[in-house]
Amino acid sequence: MRVARVALPTTVDEAVVALRDAPGAQLLAGGTDFCVEVNFGLRRPPAVVALRRVRELRRHAVTPETVVIGAGTTYADMGDPGLSSALPALAAAARTVGSPQVRNAGTLGGNVATASPAGDTLPLLAALDARVVLRGPSGERTASLGEVVTGVKTTSIGPDEVVVEVVVDRRPGPQQFVKVGTRNAMVIAIASAAVVVDVEAHEVRVALGSVAPVPVRATAAEVHIADAIDWRAAGGPRASEGALARFGELVAGAASPITDHRSTAEYRRLAVGVIARRALERCVARAA
Amino acid sequence: MPPEEPLTGSAGPADTPAYERVEPYELVVNGTRMTVEDAWLGESLLFVLRERLGLPGAKNACEQGECGSCSVLLDDVVVCACLVLGVDAVGSRVETVEGLTASGEVADIQAALVEAGGVQCGFCTPGFVVALHDLLRRAPSADDMTVREALSGNLCRCTGYGRILEAVRAVQWQRGAGVSTGEGPGDGA
Repeated sequence: MRVARVALPTTVDEAVVALRDAPGAQLLAGGTDFCVEVNFGLRRPPAVVALRRVRELRRHAVTPETVVIGAGTTYADMGDPGLSSALPALAAAARTVGSPQVRNAGTLGGNVATASPAGDTLPLLAALDARVVLRGPSGERTASLGEVVTGVKTTSIGPDEVVVEVVVDRRPGPQQFVKVGTRNAMVIAIASAAVVVDVEAHEVRVALGSVAPVPVRATAAEVHIADAIDWRAAGGPRASEGALARFGELVAGAASPITDHRSTAEYRRLAVGVIARRALERCVARAA
Repeated sequence: MPPEEPLTGSAGPADTPAYERVEPYELVVNGTRMTVEDAWLGESLLFVLRERLGLPGAKNACEQGECGSCSVLLDDVVVCACLVLGVDAVGSRVETVEGLTASGEVADIQAALVEAGGVQCGFCTPGFVVALHDLLRRAPSADDMTVREALSGNLCRCTGYGRILEAVRAVQWQRGAGVSTGEGPGDGA
């Protein structure tokens, strides 16, 4: 009989030490993915470092320039008034995750580290060029989301590293998240899209979920629509019907979806163009 | 559950008999300190409650956080007990439907569910009682959409939900909580 090590640290530094001291130990955050895998015999941790007690991971800070979100921030926490007014599309994405029970447990750090193509917070983070701060025995490093999330459920996070926080630059203007699934609750995305409109830089940022191994930016669509929008129109930015339609086509072209038990590649490609356009239309007016 | 002792349902790899035991640990469940001994590291709080602590109120159905039948309160927050590792509940307050029933604080919810026909096979009922208790103390006047969202993680395959929603309105009326019709104070879920 082996006695398994269980560490219940209260600081990030303690968690890093605990990871180092128990080789093979697995980090446990909200448990909403981890425990399902254990329950179904797909994961058998020899040791666990549980992060639920690390209060510093649950902090967030909103400044005029950036938003820093602790990795332990739950989906429910993302609806916090300060955080949701700075990042309304993150709050919207979080509200589509699972159920209240799941949103009370699951965390931002867990969503990043699990790196599911359907991770609901990832499109917005990709759209905002989020930086991920990781801490290990040799200190902290910062990496882009794209450097961290490298494939389907694979990351560049070292076995001795803890996701500490995610940092995004604030963008002045509207942002939206739209997701397609079989019902409103308790659903894993068939396709999702985050749109961020920067009314000062005259930029549109679009990132897609569940239509590629990792969240993808629809850069051709971004360039096209930024050019097509009348940024100085009275009553706010507006775009023509034709420009919006082209935007949807370019978004669909950026997707490389697969057919699986949730949907088909064809439907995902179609849907992601429709929802990205819909998200954009909630941000900018349609020119008459 | 421990891979060595596959009682029902899921288990770990069958070819590795020695499982990762954890040192005995204490949980505070319904205000009572309880010791968990001889447990496997991978045991969920749900398994520990049901199989080790004799508290079968939280029901085991999906084991993946889809159905809400194992809803419990962990430090006052409603979660699925199947998605909490038993050892990760150390130092937290766990409240199950048994504790809420014993204290009488959900008696009106239980009675309203029975009265409205919101209980048929009954398997999902404990989870609904816990989720409803959580909602109504945070948002006593929750409107219909708020109630539906709060219950969206609890599946019932018998009632079609209409009678459950009827029961919620009855509890709100009995508790004297005016049900609001739109966004407003007390609606925050």
